[in-house]
Amino acid sequence: MAPLTPAPAAAATAAAAKKRGLDVAFIFKKSLISALVALVLFSLMIGVRTEAGPTGQLIYWTRFGDLAAMVGAVFAGSIVVELLRWWWGPVGTVHSVGPKVQGALSFAGRVLPPLMLGFTFLMPVIFYDQRYILDLGILVLTYVMLGWGLNVVVGLAGLLDLGYVAFYAVGAYSYALLATNFGLSFWVCLPLAGILAAFWGVLLGFPVLRLRGDYLAIVTLAFGEIIRLVIINWQSLTGGPNGISGIPRPTMFGIPLTPAEDGLAARLGIEFSPTHRIVFLFYLILALALLTNWVTIRLRRLPIGRAWEALREDEVACRALGINTTTTKLTAFATGAMFGGFAGAFFATRQGFISPESFTFQESALVLAIVVLGGMGSQLGVALAAVAMIGGFELFRGLDQYRMLVFGLAMVLLMIWRPRGLIGHRAPTVFLEQSRAISSDLVKEGR
Amino acid sequence: MSGDPILEVDNLAMRFGGIVAVNGLSFAARHGEITALIGPNGAGKTTVFNCITGFYKPTGGTIRLSHRDGKSYQLQRLNDFRISKIAKVARTFQNIRLFPGMTALENLMVAQHNALMRASGLTFLGLIGAPSWRSAEASAIELARIWLKRIGLLERADDAAGNLPYGDQRRLEIARAMCTTPALLCLDEPAAGLNARESAGLSELLMSIRAEGNTSILLIEHDMSVVMEISDHVVVLDYGVKIADGTPQHVRDDARVIAAYLGVEDDEVAAVEQELGL
Repeated sequence: MAPLTPAPAAAATAAAAKKRGLDVAFIFKKSLISALVALVLFSLMIGVRTEAGPTGQLIYWTRFGDLAAMVGAVFAGSIVVELLRWWWGPVGTVHSVGPKVQGALSFAGRVLPPLMLGFTFLMPVIFYDQRYILDLGILVLTYVMLGWGLNVVVGLAGLLDLGYVAFYAVGAYSYALLATNFGLSFWVCLPLAGILAAFWGVLLGFPVLRLRGDYLAIVTLAFGEIIRLVIINWQSLTGGPNGISGIPRPTMFGIPLTPAEDGLAARLGIEFSPTHRIVFLFYLILALALLTNWVTIRLRRLPIGRAWEALREDEVACRALGINTTTTKLTAFATGAMFGGFAGAFFATRQGFISPESFTFQESALVLAIVVLGGMGSQLGVALAAVAMIGGFELFRGLDQYRMLVFGLAMVLLMIWRPRGLIGHRAPTVFLEQSRAISSDLVKEGR
Repeated sequence: MSGDPILEVDNLAMRFGGIVAVNGLSFAARHGEITALIGPNGAGKTTVFNCITGFYKPTGGTIRLSHRDGKSYQLQRLNDFRISKIAKVARTFQNIRLFPGMTALENLMVAQHNALMRASGLTFLGLIGAPSWRSAEASAIELARIWLKRIGLLERADDAAGNLPYGDQRRLEIARAMCTTPALLCLDEPAAGLNARESAGLSELLMSIRAEGNTSILLIEHDMSVVMEISDHVVVLDYGVKIADGTPQHVRDDARVIAAYLGVEDDEVAAVEQELGL
């Protein structure tokens, strides 16, 4: 008998797990194989230690004790893992979402967003004196916005974009250059930055129209690098690696947030505090993020949004239905890029200084990770994932050099637990009788 | 009811490198009729379909589609999505191509993309929720509801298309094609994999579409009971060449059709065997 073969129905798991016998021979065999693999791997990595001697010759010595300890640990660990598996029972696949899960999901879907939104609105009030928390909140919201923007491209249209940071950079540099060279205000530059980023989105879209999957990912990755390299090397315009400094801070519709006579504090007759600006920036990015969210939710219910999702599901069928796949893809790239551009402009005005170092591939990867972790296509999932990723990153700060290790482990565990992201269900855009969540097994992934 | 031709295929040729899939094929399908395209496996039926619906560019020949109002289109010059959008030719696929992660209703809404796109003012009117968009959306949902009712899937409107049984998916794909309000509906083996009861239901559905008179049907089918029952006109292909063309009765009695489907007569086989010394 094989205790690990998945049962066809998931319903009977718990009861069946208790009934199934413990197959000692099977577990022993599996652990022995794991130990053998470990022995082969570690015999050279741990068993033999080599070093260059004082005269340059090779010295080596053996560490069989350590090797034995490692192999033993793998053997024991393997047994523990198998026992845990036996104890948990088999993992079945459920194709349709059960009524209980449906109920819990719709409850969470109804309760969680207002709670989160309410908390976010009150954050500057609750944490008025804690600048660190407010700064962290602004950072998280920036990534929420970037995640929502990328979600249009990856989650809805299913186009795997690894170069999203390029549009973030275009937005940031658009604002920085327009503001420092022509003295335009933030509120004029914001739409301009969005338009310019959307333009670059279309420009990227054209050559990659016929690509999908890995090929699309590679080309978009290259595009992100091209933008960064151009910024580094076009010294006369962008200042190269030195970046652009002295970017004007945002004004509250023309009223500067400074201790000056015409500043907000002076006009209101209250004492000036640098926190005013932080609070203003907080609400600014919150408004921008909510705008992104609102537009995306509206677009999903419009023909263009449904065409994006249909494109993710089956491009050939889309063409057979008379959908222009070229413009559909380009609008997805442009819309995603536009939100990236808005976020970039905000980033520039918040920092007051930008340099190419802020727009490395790591940023693209982080935003993509937020979208994937959140559950592709889910607005709530992306928001939760951004909080978990950026917040978690800060939470583990005390662990110093182990931070990345713990963080990576947490992500691996999360992806084992929820392979399709935190919110792995798709909500229909229109319904006749009742909106029923669609199991992620049926929904295609971004390719 | 047999009117002017809606589709005229003239001297159509399609070569893939050295392989000739379709060679010098000419036939016509008339308005308001059901035309069947039949032939043994590998006869080039799906290739003809792919040429008509723009998935292949024909190597030679012309495909002309004429609407009732007199407008006509050279399909070989239009590219893929325009054939559906402008010339109003809809199709289904041999292996079902629904949007599995979207509900049945959403599938039918995607099919009305072009009409809805115009109604939503290229998204901008829709984004601000203009009343004209709202009414257009409501009527699109109504059309989808009518079709769901016709194919008996009204109860499952909010279920994912990928979760529906096979027969329901086949009918949903036809409904989706019909939601593009086509002049010509091309069905690639609609009865494949259906049981007797389901294929009878399919015949009924196709007959009701013909009875409405707005959509002519061109279908590829292997199920001869369906072909003989519903088609007005049958075109038989073998090795990319037309071997018969006429009413179902005419085609059924044609010696070349029988030979293509059943092989040659027994005495001819005996003659060949004798020649080879078997």
